[in-house]
Amino acid sequence: MKFERYGIGIARGMMVTFKHLFRHPTVSQYPEQRLNMSRRTRGNELIWNNVKCTGCVTCAKSCPQGAIHIETTVDPATNKYNVLKIEVDTGYCIQCGLCVEACPYEAIYMGYSVERAKYRRGELVQANEMLLASPDRPASGYMNPHIARELPRQTLLVEKIVEKR
Amino acid sequence: MTIKTEPFVINFGPAHPSTHGVFRMRVVLDGEVVLDLEPVYGYLHRGIEKLAEQRTYTGIIPLTDRLDYLAAMSNNLAHCIAVEKLAGIKVPERAEYLRVILAELQRLCSHLIAVGAFLNDSGAFMTPILYMLREREKILDLFEMLSGQRLTYNDMRPGGVSQDAPEEFLPALHKFVDQMPRYLDEYDQLLAKNEILLARSKGVGILSKELAINSSASGPVLRASGVKWDIRKAEPYSIYDRFEFEIPTGTAGDCYDRYLVRMLEMRQSVRIIEQAMKQFPSGEYRSRVPKLIRPPVGEVYSRIEAPKGELAFYIVSDSSIAPYRYHIRGTSLINLTALRDMIVGWKVADLIVIFGSIDICMGEVDR
Amino acid sequence: MSSYLNQMLLQHEASVRVPPDWPGGYWFHWLFFTVVIIAFVLTIVMGFIYFERRALGRIQSRLGPNRTGPFGLLQPVADAIKVLLKEDIIPDKADKLVHWLAPIVAFFPVMLIFAVIPFQNGAMLVDLDIGILYIMAVSSVSTIGIFMAGWSSGNKYSLLGAMRAVASVVSYEIPLVLSIIGVILLSGSLSMNQIVIAQNIPFILLQPLGFLLFFISGCAEINRSPFDMLEADSEIVAGFHTEYSGMKFAMFYLVEYAEALAMSAIIATLFLGGWRGPVLPPWLWFIIKIFVVFFLMIWTRSTLPRVRIDQLMALAWKGLFPLALINLFITGVEVLLWPAGLPWLAVLINIVIMVVLLLLWSRFFKLGWGRVEI
Repeated sequence: MKFERYGIGIARGMMVTFKHLFRHPTVSQYPEQRLNMSRRTRGNELIWNNVKCTGCVTCAKSCPQGAIHIETTVDPATNKYNVLKIEVDTGYCIQCGLCVEACPYEAIYMGYSVERAKYRRGELVQANEMLLASPDRPASGYMNPHIARELPRQTLLVEKIVEKR
Repeated sequence: MTIKTEPFVINFGPAHPSTHGVFRMRVVLDGEVVLDLEPVYGYLHRGIEKLAEQRTYTGIIPLTDRLDYLAAMSNNLAHCIAVEKLAGIKVPERAEYLRVILAELQRLCSHLIAVGAFLNDSGAFMTPILYMLREREKILDLFEMLSGQRLTYNDMRPGGVSQDAPEEFLPALHKFVDQMPRYLDEYDQLLAKNEILLARSKGVGILSKELAINSSASGPVLRASGVKWDIRKAEPYSIYDRFEFEIPTGTAGDCYDRYLVRMLEMRQSVRIIEQAMKQFPSGEYRSRVPKLIRPPVGEVYSRIEAPKGELAFYIVSDSSIAPYRYHIRGTSLINLTALRDMIVGWKVADLIVIFGSIDICMGEVDR
Repeated sequence: MSSYLNQMLLQHEASVRVPPDWPGGYWFHWLFFTVVIIAFVLTIVMGFIYFERRALGRIQSRLGPNRTGPFGLLQPVADAIKVLLKEDIIPDKADKLVHWLAPIVAFFPVMLIFAVIPFQNGAMLVDLDIGILYIMAVSSVSTIGIFMAGWSSGNKYSLLGAMRAVASVVSYEIPLVLSIIGVILLSGSLSMNQIVIAQNIPFILLQPLGFLLFFISGCAEINRSPFDMLEADSEIVAGFHTEYSGMKFAMFYLVEYAEALAMSAIIATLFLGGWRGPVLPPWLWFIIKIFVVFFLMIWTRSTLPRVRIDQLMALAWKGLFPLALINLFITGVEVLLWPAGLPWLAVLINIVIMVVLLLLWSRFFKLGWGRVEI
């Protein structure tokens, strides 16, 4: 320890911390004050569109975790796939969004909401109707700019915290 | 009467607040002095290299997020550049600029954590790291805006980036870049000349130039030892040859120099981002690439300058959709090579400071 | 013979006499102040915990606890309840008796300190003639408790922390006492109450260097940062109380803050004029001063990195000790030779002397104890 600068270094550091006493705190109080998430938030659950889905299984193929499970049959009348069962194990899902990107028919979306904790492992496995979009489960704008436009603007800390000097 | 003393063995980690994850050091102590040190790796081993051999080239990107999770963008970039080299994919201009901006923001992000954690280890109780987390938060906001996630971005793809930057991205980035140098000044004011910090870190944990080169250290650790080696300059990848920036180097190779090099590098990163913003072109953000990339048979070793140092991917392809062999040159692991030589002979308190100044990320050490 | 006994008795009576302005007998006084001291320590410690967390929060650009009760005021209460309900774990390798005894040994000396601290004129448990000496004697006993805790836990981290604690306390006791002597010379009494009464000008102005030395070595004595090596959560996790939980941990937590309170109270009494102050009632002035001193401690804690153990020792022996000796010498000369009635000139001269000494000392003071070659 050398005090070549007579302790000015310490004093200057103390001034910085003292200044912060009078600055606005950065934090926000979560349950009451909610910040808007990004429009492209990759939330907890996948949202499936049963009308657009053709049962091509591209999403299941592109999933690096193997979390999507689809069973289909061929409908001989229309020569199309019928989706018997689509099952997403949210516990395996890492929210990488590759399925959304892969889907050629825009039939699968990431969810926008995040408060989706479950108490049991079994509840994480979601199938068929549970995957449909509903007011409770809005779709996020990830890879879907037309949905993103409708969602609220993201709150940015850069705009919130502006310090005067 | 003589008092009989004997050295005792103490375990630092795997659960210790300053090992930055599950790192374990088996330390032989004589009172406070470290006599010997043996690092024990592998508590976070997930077999990423092996997992990657069963995934498509796009499917590996989420895995690279989980290497050095404090610099996921850089990992994505390194992987994508390797795949592009292997498969001969061209990247459009706008994507290149976006990639450079993201990589430099990620460098800022990682260095903020590195410096903050280092100061926290040296005992400044939580204050510096919280200040720096505040700046990191602003960067994470930008990343979130772009990719939708805050930690594992999975944003870059071979041949570009996954999504174009939204229209509110550039104004927000502008605002951030305007603010950042002032905050960096403030951090310098906070502790850079603090006498106690100087006493704790100047001359402590010296990594000599020769040892740094011999142990193949890279990044700020190498540069603090006085070696002017930065892959952005030495072997420019992406479009780094278009930007003006300097490579800050230290002289002594001690903890303080490593700290200072990081602080200076942050300023250079801001400079690069400013230039990239000025030249930011419009156009395609992603070239047309097949969903399943099948590179020709061959191998590639491609490296970039990640925040922590040289990050390289070695990919052997057998023309299938998954790599035949996927090797990662983890920066943190190789920077830890000289750990014993740096620490032995110092005190317990220095051990923590030296270890903190190397700036490792366990996800990258154990993979 | 009987006359001699009478004389003895009279002397005895004189020494235990009740302060004149307090009603009731000796026992009432004793009971009242025992209760007051315990209540005072517990409530102010809770206030300290709350104050420290909120102030640290604001300094670190966050809010601090604000959920429990209005403004989070009940946070210390909630913490206390939580910690009291926790399971008491005694490690297998622990020395059970010593492990059990350590928190008590650490706690009581801290409470004893408050016996001689005046809350207002004469309002103290006992106005000892040797008040400050008594404090110095009693306060270092709690180190034994800390060392017992570290040793008996059977944990190497704890042992390291305990050794550090003993080393720092042993070396910092000396500058601490030496800087007090300056105050004693000025006031001409060892009694805390007399020291306060003597402070027409707060001694921080007459003894600026003494205050600085006392504050630094006081921080080291009670192991607050930048000298908190015995806890050093980034190095040896929590040091001596790693293995403590439940009630016993609560005791150590209490000791930590009660020591900070004691040190703030002593500093307020010796250097800031104790209970003296205009307008507000004396006891309120006293508490305000305590909080001001404690804020200084929080402030240093939030800013400064921790020093290393050898740097701490060097700072004590090469830095504070000679400065304290010089300060003592200068004060002695001033007390002997200074003409009465010119106190403000003395203030000026003392500040000038402090600045000159500090500058000179910064020039010559060097320490660095590098790598041990193995």
